[in-house]
Amino acid sequence: MKPINRLTSTAVPLPIADIDTDQIIPARFLKAITREGFGENFFRDWRFHKNDEPIQDFVLNNPIYSGEILIAGRNFGCGSSREHAAWALADYGFRVVVSSFFADIFKGNAMNNGILPITVSEDFLHRCFETIEAQPNAPFSINLEKNLFINESTGESTTFEIDDYKKTCLLNGYDDLDFLLSLEQDISAFEKRQVIY
Amino acid sequence: MKKTLFDKIWDSHVVREIPSGREVLYIDRHFIHEVTSPQAFDGLKRRGIGLRHVSKTTATADHNVPTINQHLPIKEAQSREQVAKLYANCEEFGVELYGLGHEKQGIVHVIGPELGLTKPGMTIVCGDSHTSTHGAFGCIAFGIGTSQVEQVMATNCLILARPKTMRITINGRLGKNVFAKDIILYIISKLTAAGGTGYFVEYAGEAIRSLSMEARMTICNMSIEMGARGGMIAPDQTTIDYLLNTPNAPKSEEAIAFWRSLKTDEGATFDKEYEFEAADITPMITYGTNPGMGIKITAEVPNLPNSEKSLNYMGLQAGEQLLGKQVNYVFIGSCTNSRIEDLRLVADYVKGKQKADNVTAFVVPGSKQVERQAQVEGLDKILAAAGFELREPGCSACLGMNEDKIPSGEYCVSTSNRNFEGRQGPGARTFLASPLTAAATAIAGHIVDVSLIEN
Repeated sequence: MKPINRLTSTAVPLPIADIDTDQIIPARFLKAITREGFGENFFRDWRFHKNDEPIQDFVLNNPIYSGEILIAGRNFGCGSSREHAAWALADYGFRVVVSSFFADIFKGNAMNNGILPITVSEDFLHRCFETIEAQPNAPFSINLEKNLFINESTGESTTFEIDDYKKTCLLNGYDDLDFLLSLEQDISAFEKRQVIY
Repeated sequence: MKKTLFDKIWDSHVVREIPSGREVLYIDRHFIHEVTSPQAFDGLKRRGIGLRHVSKTTATADHNVPTINQHLPIKEAQSREQVAKLYANCEEFGVELYGLGHEKQGIVHVIGPELGLTKPGMTIVCGDSHTSTHGAFGCIAFGIGTSQVEQVMATNCLILARPKTMRITINGRLGKNVFAKDIILYIISKLTAAGGTGYFVEYAGEAIRSLSMEARMTICNMSIEMGARGGMIAPDQTTIDYLLNTPNAPKSEEAIAFWRSLKTDEGATFDKEYEFEAADITPMITYGTNPGMGIKITAEVPNLPNSEKSLNYMGLQAGEQLLGKQVNYVFIGSCTNSRIEDLRLVADYVKGKQKADNVTAFVVPGSKQVERQAQVEGLDKILAAAGFELREPGCSACLGMNEDKIPSGEYCVSTSNRNFEGRQGPGARTFLASPLTAAATAIAGHIVDVSLIEN
């Protein structure tokens, strides 16, 4: 997993609430048996007409917006548990997703793939959208070590919560399985004492 | 200390805490399917390791499979390859497989309980958000991502932050032709699609206790649609009677006594509680593009802020009535409503009737066992006579990964769990409802209020 700590980038705004993982990567594109290449179909049905022509007014097709940060409306990533949504997001080129609220499974999947989900207040999120509307190339910064997310053009910053374990994983690029495999003795001890019906 | 059922089961599965407050949770049962497992198996291969306990993982092919002519090779190349990959992985790693052609194949959340692999007090995961279904048996069951599928295969453990607890109590008795599906659509409409996020839900109250296991599974299944990680119902005699009829569940006195002991202590506190009256619940339907956008079937489409995108997609206007709206597709199936009880309800209603000419109606059983039972009871003939097609088991038009898709722009009354944009096929417009509402819509050719049906 690719480590992440500091990053400064422009951001892509997606001010829509309740974006589900079926939009992020529609089910018909889940047939691949590897983790690669899902970026091509990231938001497929919002990006392209049925004839594969780009839908011009969708933000990902608008060349004035770019960057490694996606800023989205509340309850981002709800619905299906498909990790393909996180793979698609990363494969498309995003390292950070900012929202006022994340669906649980998506948030976990993102962190398991080196993507940093940052939860900010509804007000802060709204002001980020305003900033980008006024200035599409406005830069934003992340400092994971200090739990900081900064709107560079306004100078406004906010701290975000992330538990220490996941923070260490993201900072160092560790994944859960490395750690779990190191717990062999604990797991065996648990199995010996567990009563199963 | 007084504890909730959730905390009792969770506590009994904690392998150890880790300093940040997360816990290492032991997973008793793991279900896998073709879509979210290949990358996990690849991960094991890269590390050169196998499954920690092969006996604790069970596989089925369901998401991608055709629902017609399952004995023939899968036509669509990528689906065929993905299913073949599952078979090859199960063979290589020694995982028990309920593949196409197996007499007990079916949707993962239908066959787990049927086989008696889903038992009270367990922790159960699957790379599928509707794993919450299994909570109907009084266990902690939830969906996970593929990285976690790999972790469970390798270690039978996950590193998790403990969710908060919520109890939703439904008091009183349900009205005529009001079903589990209406209860859960009602709850989600009250709590919204995000109202349960961060919580694990226990459903309680007289209306819940009165439900069959099939109906309880329908309720727990859709817990994820309000963002909750899972839902659960404490085991009782209904649960025990169901388990005693399954092949794998133990039948010992000790096991039964243990199952009976699984309940929330009186006076235990939940982080959040909601209480609703069964009498307030009437047949429900969704009008929008997330399952929280549900209304009483007799209500008008509401005028809510930020619903314009959704209503545009659905081709609806605020203030419009859904009753009487022409619908050309009816899908009865999915892990939410494809069990024998659902098929009986549909067959009982359509017996001696004929579907409307404008409607294509298909019924996809949740498993081969459900399909066979339907045949034994003659439901297949009743459905066929009414113009409904009884297919072979799979996830089908719930998510349209196989060829079962609803055409763009068409309305479908569906017994599945998600009305997201494009969920049933690009441009498809989904109305979620109970199996009886779906059946009655197919007969009438338009949306009807089943509370007015004379029994």
